[in-house]
Order: sequence, then C-alpha cells, then structure tokens
Amino acid sequence: MTEAAEKILPRIEIDPKRCKGCSICVDFCPTNVLEMKGALATVVKLEACTRCDLCDLRCPDFAIRVFD
Amino acid sequence: MAEGAAVKKKQKVNVPFDYDKYLRKGKLPHIWCPGCGHGIVLKSLLRAIDKVGLDKSSICMASGIGCSSRTPGYVDFNTLHSLHGRAIAFATGVKLAKPEMNILVTIGDGDALAIGGNHFIHACRRNIDMTVIIYSNAIYGMTGGQVSPTTPEGAMSTTSPHGNMEPAFDACAVAEASGASFVARSTAYHMQELEKVLTAAIEHKGMSVVEVLDSCPVYYGRQNKYKSASHMMEEIEKKGTVSGAQAKNLSEEEIGDRFVRGILKQDKDGVEYCDAYDNLIAKVQVKK
Ligand SMILES: Cc1ncc(C[n+]2csc(CCOP(=O)(O)OP(=O)(O)O)c2C)c(N)n1
Ligand code: SF4
Ligand code: SF4
Ligand code: SF4
Repeated sequence: MTEAAEKILPRIEIDPKRCKGCSICVDFCPTNVLEMKGALATVVKLEACTRCDLCDLRCPDFAIRVFD
Repeated sequence: MAEGAAVKKKQKVNVPFDYDKYLRKGKLPHIWCPGCGHGIVLKSLLRAIDKVGLDKSSICMASGIGCSSRTPGYVDFNTLHSLHGRAIAFATGVKLAKPEMNILVTIGDGDALAIGGNHFIHACRRNIDMTVIIYSNAIYGMTGGQVSPTTPEGAMSTTSPHGNMEPAFDACAVAEASGASFVARSTAYHMQELEKVLTAAIEHKGMSVVEVLDSCPVYYGRQNKYKSASHMMEEIEKKGTVSGAQAKNLSEEEIGDRFVRGILKQDKDGVEYCDAYDNLIAKVQVKK
C-alpha cells in the first residue's frame, strides 16, 4: 500500500451561520488548505491539512472545526 | 490481529474541543465584529477552565460595560454584567459573600485602567482571590474607538486624531506595583500560550491579572492603517512581543518597546484577602 492510499483525510467543518469572513484561519493556515470565497472560509486543499488545529484555535467565531 | 496496527501508520487523532458545553445555547453568533480578538480570548479561557476542571456552577464571571464585557452573556456560568468600571467591585462583593466561588472578571483595558483604575489597583493591593482578564485592544471599542490608557503614544483614535500625545500604561507593571500576586501577559495570536497562562492564573490563589493583547480591527485597525485582523495580529501581537524565555537573553535596549509575555510574577506566600478577613474574625472572637 502506498502512503498516499493510506492517508486518511480529516474532515473540516465550517459553519456558514457562524463564519464572519475575517480570513484569520485562511491567513494563518501553514499549508494553505483554506481560501476565502466571498465572505466565507472554504476548504480548497484538504490533502495538505496537517490537523494542526491552528484554524480552529484562532477562529474568533467558533465557526471552524477539524475532525478525523 | 495486529495486522491493521502494523500496516497503518499512526495518525494523530483529532477531536475538536467541545466549546458548546460551556456556552449558552442559541447565543451564537456573538456580537463581536469580524476578526475581533475577543472571541479568541474567550475560547482560550474556556479551554483553560476545562483544563483546571472547574465545575460550571462554581464559577462567577463578572464584567462591566464594553465589547469585552459582553463575554459573560455567552457562557453557562453564574454571570454578572454590571457597570462600566465597576466589574471588580461587584466581583469583590461576590467573593466576600461566597468565598468558595471561583471568580473570573472579563474586562476591557478602558474598563480596567481608566474608569475602573481605582478598583483595579485596590483589588490588587488586597490580593483578593480572583482572575482578572484584561482584553487589551488599546482602544474603547464599544463607544467608537476613543483613546484608552493603553493606546500607544502616537497612535490614532477618534479622540487623538493627530496621534496620541499621552504615554501608555503598562497594565502588568501597574498590577505588579499595586500588589497582585500573579501577573502575566499573552496575546490572542499566541492562543496556546494564553491557555496555559490562564490555567496557571485560575489555579493561583490570590489576585491574578492577565493582560491579553488582542485586536479591534474595526476601530484601532482602520484608524491605524492595518489591512486586516490577521495583519494586526502579526504586527502587534507577534512582532510586538517577546516571550519571557527570549527576553532573558536580550538587553532592555534589544527588547525596545516590545512587550514581554508569560508569567511575570507569581508570589505564593502573600496572604489572600478572604483568609485575612477570616483571621481577623477569629482574632476578634477570641478576645471577646
Ligand atoms: C459610567 C459610564 N461611562 C461611560 C460609559 C460609556 N462606555 C461604554 S463602554 C466604554 C469603553 C469601552 O472600552 P473598553 O473597556 O476598553 O472595552 P472594549 O469595548 O474595547 O472591549 C465606555 C466609555 C458607560 N457605559 N458608563
Ligand atoms: S477564522 Fe472563523 S470566522 Fe474567520 S473566516 Fe475563518 S472560519 Fe470564518
Ligand atoms: S488544521 Fe492546520 S493545516 Fe489543517 S486547515 Fe486548519 S490550520 Fe490548515
Ligand atoms: S468594536 Fe472593536 S472591540 Fe468591539 S467588537 Fe468590534 S472589533 Fe471588537
């Protein structure tokens, strides 16, 4: 089995009712997993996510969470 | 049996922290503007409370008036939303009436150091057991961006349109000099360090003051030409501070106008105010 096939991707949940579009999670994600689409943070490169949790820890609005 | 374990490379299992168990149902989204640091401070505080293992019903969170003072409205503790500048006075009353309670005060820099400065220094002097968390955004957020005691010299605000002509207070130095037995500083950017500092502050018996540098992107940010909330966090909270460990290897000149983070003072030997009060009662009763 290759490493890539083994890799289980995390699940990133962004609550559109809570996200205020401040872009903090996007700007501080070390691997550019996230991008702003208008006023909402969105996942664009899930495979690069290291589950570091910085996006959740710095989101002022309880809007983004990273699950396995 | 062990086959799966052998083949699978160990992955970090990530279960996000459950903030909801400490929040009042249906109160989110909160009123704070996009990118306001106050939400990051609240989240760090909830993680610290969880780490210490405080029972929700043992906590009383008190505040005054200001954006930061809206914090108690969102949490499922005993809460007190009082008057501008008077949060610590109300909290003192609660502590003396119910010394077994864990008291947290969430307070703005204006609330703590301008109108409430008097209550602040005297609570520090008494060393009463509570944790005062100053949301230090260098501005009066709620009322439209007026200058505050922590606005840096030269900075713009609604009431300093040519740059602030007054020197700023160092909130931690004020707390230390006034007699608080635990004094620390962190920032919203350093939210993991902040969680640790808040944990130690809550566990400490006596007056604990934690100054948290956080951002008001709407008033301080716009008036001082910051591009975004993250730009402010980068410039003010990250580049504008050094950790206690870094500071040890730097001269005062090298530290310059950057703030030192971490636990700046912890004195475990001082007498706490409620204990002093009990001692006095015991002494008077013996005399009778
Ligand atoms: C006695 C009194 N004076 C003035 C006000 C108006 N006022 C409300 S909040 C505030 C300042 C808020 O700034 P700060 O405490 O730094 O908190 P922030 O909003 O920045 O979180 C002022 C002056 C008031 N509510 N009551
Ligand atoms: S940090 Fe939170 S509120 Fe800000 S853009 Fe990201 S998910 Fe939305
Ligand atoms: S967990 Fe880390 S790597 Fe993954 S999206 Fe969040 S900040 Fe980026
Ligand atoms: S005015 Fe400033 S301090 Fe108040 S909620 Fe908005 S960003 Fe935060």
